[in-house]
Amino acid sequence: MNRLLKVRETWLGLAILALLVAITFRAPGFSTPENLASIFNDTSILLILALGQMVVILTRSIDLSIAANVALSGMVLALINSTWPDVPVPLLIAAAPLLGLAFGAINGFLVWKLDIPSIVVTLGTLTIYRGLTFLIAGGQWVNADEMTPDFIAITRLNLLGLPLLSWFAIATAIAFWVVMTRTPWGRAIYAIGVNPTASVYAGIDVGRTKFLAFCMSGFVAGLCGYLWVSKFVIASSETAIGYELQVIAACVIGGVSIAGGIGTVGSAVLGAIFLGIIGRALPVIGVSPFWQLAISGAAIILAVVLNARSERKTGRIILKQAEGA
Amino acid sequence: MTQPKLTLSGISKSFPGVRALHEVSLELYPGQVTALIGENGAGKSTLVKTLTGIYQPDAGTITLDGKPVSLSSAHKAFELGITAIHQETVLFDDLSVAENIYLGHAPRTRLATIDWPKMRSDARRLLKDMGAGHIDAEARLRDLSIANKHLVAVARAMSIDAEIVIMDEPTASLSHKEIEDLFVLVDLLKQDGKAVLFISHKFDEIYRIADRFTVFRDGEMVGKGLIRETSQSDIIKLMVGRNVDHIFPARTPSIGAPVLEVKDLSHPTEFDSIGFTLHAGEILGFYGLVGAGRSEIMQALFGLTKPSRGTIALDGKALSLGSPADAIEAGIVYVPEERGKQGVVVDLPIFQNVALPSLKKTGRNGFLRLAEEFALTRQYTERLDLRAASLSQNAGTLSGGNQQKVVIAKWLATKPRVIILDEPTKGIDIGSKAAVHAFMAELVAEGLAVIMVSSELPEVMGMSDRIVVMRAGRMVEMLDNNNLTADRVVRLAIGAEEVAA
Repeated sequence: MNRLLKVRETWLGLAILALLVAITFRAPGFSTPENLASIFNDTSILLILALGQMVVILTRSIDLSIAANVALSGMVLALINSTWPDVPVPLLIAAAPLLGLAFGAINGFLVWKLDIPSIVVTLGTLTIYRGLTFLIAGGQWVNADEMTPDFIAITRLNLLGLPLLSWFAIATAIAFWVVMTRTPWGRAIYAIGVNPTASVYAGIDVGRTKFLAFCMSGFVAGLCGYLWVSKFVIASSETAIGYELQVIAACVIGGVSIAGGIGTVGSAVLGAIFLGIIGRALPVIGVSPFWQLAISGAAIILAVVLNARSERKTGRIILKQAEGA
Repeated sequence: MTQPKLTLSGISKSFPGVRALHEVSLELYPGQVTALIGENGAGKSTLVKTLTGIYQPDAGTITLDGKPVSLSSAHKAFELGITAIHQETVLFDDLSVAENIYLGHAPRTRLATIDWPKMRSDARRLLKDMGAGHIDAEARLRDLSIANKHLVAVARAMSIDAEIVIMDEPTASLSHKEIEDLFVLVDLLKQDGKAVLFISHKFDEIYRIADRFTVFRDGEMVGKGLIRETSQSDIIKLMVGRNVDHIFPARTPSIGAPVLEVKDLSHPTEFDSIGFTLHAGEILGFYGLVGAGRSEIMQALFGLTKPSRGTIALDGKALSLGSPADAIEAGIVYVPEERGKQGVVVDLPIFQNVALPSLKKTGRNGFLRLAEEFALTRQYTERLDLRAASLSQNAGTLSGGNQQKVVIAKWLATKPRVIILDEPTKGIDIGSKAAVHAFMAELVAEGLAVIMVSSELPEVMGMSDRIVVMRAGRMVEMLDNNNLTADRVVRLAIGAEEVAA
């Protein structure tokens, strides 16, 4: 599996490079370091969310409420900031992931204890979180002039040539890499994704592991709640509406298997960057927004087809052995 | 003499590493019931799957009414009039009784849409003719008892005018009364001239309903004849009388102190009043037919299911096992029967499989240490003589026998007190079998306590110090393994009455 995935990531990396070269022919200024850094910065939130979503998908689940969680956490933070401007922004940033984690934990708890399919649970909480966002703000927006300057400025702070927002994405990716490859919980996530039954027999608590996966996705959603509001300088009940589909698309394009168990931090990162580049490049080379959607859609289907093909081989072997057993 | 309706001859079927059927033959006669008899793993299910077009035989011919046919798909078998009624009925729970009976051949209106009123009335008449008028043709199948579901399956067989009806352990989950009702139906099928293949472990049923029998053993046809001309003990002899082609490791048992004490362990539906003491250095064999409740007991000992009553004590201390993690912590580990599904995580590398329950030990401060995992894996897989190119290759790329070694290595690495092996050599090649047996002998010599669940009689008799024989969720007998005859053990497991020799 590892070798396969490495190949897949290499291929996606090469595809991204080829894409950049092709675009540069049409728009020579596209691949300058400044422009690439700016694309990366614009992709940061998608990238962070894709990492959280990937963990959930690895456990054969899905978190549809991830973008609604972003909106709700972002709204709570924006309201605190506008109502009590004295609360230090670093404290808000520290609180953001915890807030999201709490919402994620609700998903996880329902999936774990009530054994409801995650797609149903998170479809429900998606609507609930959206509704709450509207309710707590009384249907109002929180605008730039209601936020403190720090609240807006921190994500834009320049550190070693990159905005802090980008550093958040880089730090999250590193943290996820460590967690997924170097902790027993990360190992358990893969094990239950590949074979939940055998994992139970190996003493892994499948429900609890899934619960923690939803907590993790809530954690990054909360963080992105702050990042989103700070970046776009507005909090509304429409924040990130429909964005969960982009996040899932990034995972799938990166090679995260919707059937669970397959996918790495590298896949989620590359999938997000691929979508980020497409989104920025197509207007530059004069492709209409309609085609942007169609092209990302085509990329998703292509990715799924390629993944299905590369997985088929191993599947056949397993089947034969299962028959013989 | 009547000609057989369906004849199978020289049918062979192999799976990688396993020869499921070897040149078997079988004849089914119109208006007669043929019982197919054999131990677990004798090849009965493979044969059923061959007859219903799910498996294609590697060699051999099938003739129907004297003409060779090819059962190339389930649909083809269905078209030729072969239908199967399984232990777990394969019908559609959320469709109505009438829909289940007529799915695929429902009466049509002139517009080619389904003629619902006709379908319902046909179904009602059919059920009534069968003496099953109490079943509502419009009821959801889900709401029916298993016995009634079987009746629906029979009705379906009659409605498609199947000439050959296969009944694969249809009585496994029925009560006495329901079984009688089913037999009345089988008689009805016989009168209709259908050829029936009846698969059962229960001798009383076979003698009640069958006209002929065919015995399979280890994938070969070893005998056939007329039921009324054959005694029960002759059939049992055919079932078990095999040449011992496998030498078991000689060992001098050194039974130590009691390790695991199980008292009055019960489950509302699976097993009742199970009690035994397992000693250090002992192999305790559990023998019984499939569905005797052996694996279910083991799952309770491993914390997978909660018993309703009874105690499990390890070294004199009572255990409360809420999950497998508790059992592993206490020192009880379980090598499950379904290796591919429950044992190995096929898409993870060997070292991750082995280290999975030991991550606390190999890690430090909540972080994994891959080097330690490799060291642990190397230590135990070398002991088991695992044949693998690299420890980071996926477990799924290994042969069945080597996968089993991975599972065993995984558990040994946790340093258990009690190791439960559920069908440890099922579906693995002879060489790996011998290796697993030799290793079991080594383990008990080191003072580990071993429980071995097995349906292979030679294995149970060759390896165990004592044998628990189970039938229908209860312990029939605890036997000391000396001067035992295979006949006696099988008799106890089947529940056949003692016949004076």
